[in-house]
Amino acid sequence: MHSSDYRYPLDPDPTRIRAAKIVIAGGFGVGKTTMVGAVSEIEPLTTEAVMTSAGTEHDDLSGVPDKTTTTVAMDFGRITIGPDLILYLFGAPGQTRFWFMWDQLHRGAIGAVVLADVRRLPDSFASIDFFENRQVPYLVAVNCFDGAPVYPEADLREALTIPPHVPVLLCDARDRESAKAVLIGLVRHVIDLHQRGVPVGLR
Amino acid sequence: MLPGAGDDPRGELVRPYAVTRGRTEPTRDIAIEAILVTTARGAQEAPYAGRHKQLIAQLCSHSPLSLAEISSHLRVPIGVARVLVADMASEGLLAVYQQSDDESQGERIEMLERILGALQRL
Repeated sequence: MHSSDYRYPLDPDPTRIRAAKIVIAGGFGVGKTTMVGAVSEIEPLTTEAVMTSAGTEHDDLSGVPDKTTTTVAMDFGRITIGPDLILYLFGAPGQTRFWFMWDQLHRGAIGAVVLADVRRLPDSFASIDFFENRQVPYLVAVNCFDGAPVYPEADLREALTIPPHVPVLLCDARDRESAKAVLIGLVRHVIDLHQRGVPVGLR
Repeated sequence: MLPGAGDDPRGELVRPYAVTRGRTEPTRDIAIEAILVTTARGAQEAPYAGRHKQLIAQLCSHSPLSLAEISSHLRVPIGVARVLVADMASEGLLAVYQQSDDESQGERIEMLERILGALQRL
């Protein structure tokens, strides 16, 4: 990182535009893109990252025809907070094989939402482990699909081995108000961590 | 269309990097959410910088866009977009705004509170 370069200007533009991001992590089909779309001001867009078996996104691909490659598609949306501040929401697949890009994705993030499906709770374990290990602030939002059984929060915490300091919310990823409440819950949680002096952010 | 791309045993993956002449390393690290704005110089010179750079300069002159959006609009992987954008930043065609590591906690909390307020008003 060129950490001291806030901008790379040759143009004397006095405006400082900032971007912030929140990552929505979770297993395949859990509703990440649905949640992004519920609050985004644009239709969710897709971007792809490519890696080789060597495990780096920027690996030189020329002249190594036998390397296996993996493409990760990520859907994202945005919310303009003001003329100088834009919030991006990235839906990120949580499986460990995609972790090659997770450090970069989470660096500088406000925090993450782990979107969980009660019918497939083990899909969330990898994400929760990652955030615990890297000091990325996060909360767990349990997406309550139609017809899915509803469990008490204490049972969900126990099943997912979520530490007591991590908020757990129930949500409907399709519903704008519900998705908003999850994001608001995350930002409040992160502000609270800062104010209590808890180390926050990917290191 | 690149010559022989269809039967390249390395598959489709290699083709996107043709736009960077095979380079996969950007000249600087640019975050996926970094905001890009075409500079005055970029508006003047990008038309002569090749099709992709010209398109990037056009996209980022109307409204600020992130690296992720550029990748999506150009339909190239994020790594390819990063190489192009880093080049353009070095050439003074794009201004890149991203989070600074030396941001103070006060600045961080102020930003978080603005976001909280905006989400509550959505």
